[in-house]
Amino acid sequence: MKKFGIVALLALVVMSFSSLPAGYKVGDKATDFKLKSVDGKMYSMADYKDAKGFIVVFTCNHCPFAVKYEDRIVALAKKYKSLGYELIAINPNDPAAQPEDSFDLMKVRAKEKGFTFPYLFDEGQKIYPQYGATKTPHVFLLDKSLTVKYIGAIDDNVDDAAAVKERYLENAIAALEKNQEANPSMTKAIGCSIKVKK
Amino acid sequence: MRYFCFTLLLLFGFSSNAQEVTTFKKYDELEKYLEENKSQPLVVNFWATWCAPCIKELPYFEQLHNQNKAVKVITVSLDFEKDFETKLKTFLKKKKYTFITTFLAAKDYNNWISKVDEDWSGSIPATLIINGDKRVFVESDFSSFEELNNHVNKSINQ
Repeated sequence: MKKFGIVALLALVVMSFSSLPAGYKVGDKATDFKLKSVDGKMYSMADYKDAKGFIVVFTCNHCPFAVKYEDRIVALAKKYKSLGYELIAINPNDPAAQPEDSFDLMKVRAKEKGFTFPYLFDEGQKIYPQYGATKTPHVFLLDKSLTVKYIGAIDDNVDDAAAVKERYLENAIAALEKNQEANPSMTKAIGCSIKVKK
Repeated sequence: MRYFCFTLLLLFGFSSNAQEVTTFKKYDELEKYLEENKSQPLVVNFWATWCAPCIKELPYFEQLHNQNKAVKVITVSLDFEKDFETKLKTFLKKKKYTFITTFLAAKDYNNWISKVDEDWSGSIPATLIINGDKRVFVESDFSSFEELNNHVNKSINQ
């Protein structure tokens, strides 16, 4: 009985830890992934041997907040590719909970908007919880060793790209280029909750 | 004449009151408003017309407003400013909700999200319960009125 009590206590401790909000903080090492993109191929960060870093953007088709950032994401991908950074978009939503975010509709959207970067489907929703993404859009900047350098928003103005004052993500990349810590290294913005079937 | 006035009041006073939206340009204005209304426990729901799970749970907040007299329900719309008339007002008019409806226009999210709750990442729906100096925050949706009501009662009786 005493043994059972200890086991039960241990189980409780483990359970209470696992219910803590998981996810990365700046400085943590991020996991790589192998996910299918809209071109039908599988992508991993390990495929990019020469990349100086990665801009991992959790985004999706349906969220109006994410949609407002689409053109900016396309522009960032082009601009930073030439500097050696790869932008990788991941749709974390379960299409069973949000049909607009199905793999087929991801293909349509990528074509419409002329995505020049992988737009991956988080099949089985295994990757976004490890990163601790909670919403779309949600950005993680990683250096070449996959250490998290910045988490949060792209900039400080969802409504108007022309009226942006703080380019959080670009500032964080500039800091990384200079081997400095991003400041701020974490920002918050409103977004759509990640859709999980109940 | 008195009856006439009364009828007018009934017609316009009550009906317009139901869809009145108090606008806050800055987050501090909302915080002040909540502070002023704190004489009873507050249930503050952050939502937007573009957020499907938010719209799904609003009827539970309406039911809470009608049935749980221990609390005051205040909804805070985070809609885009250009959608204020076309989407937000239209939606509220159609739904005829009677809880308090407010609109927070402040777009400097990074400056105020943590003031609502340190752990809020910014996804909506999100609900804050204020009971005196105690605050209970949830960054997810409720799947039924019972779930919401139980959560509210548990939070204010802690």
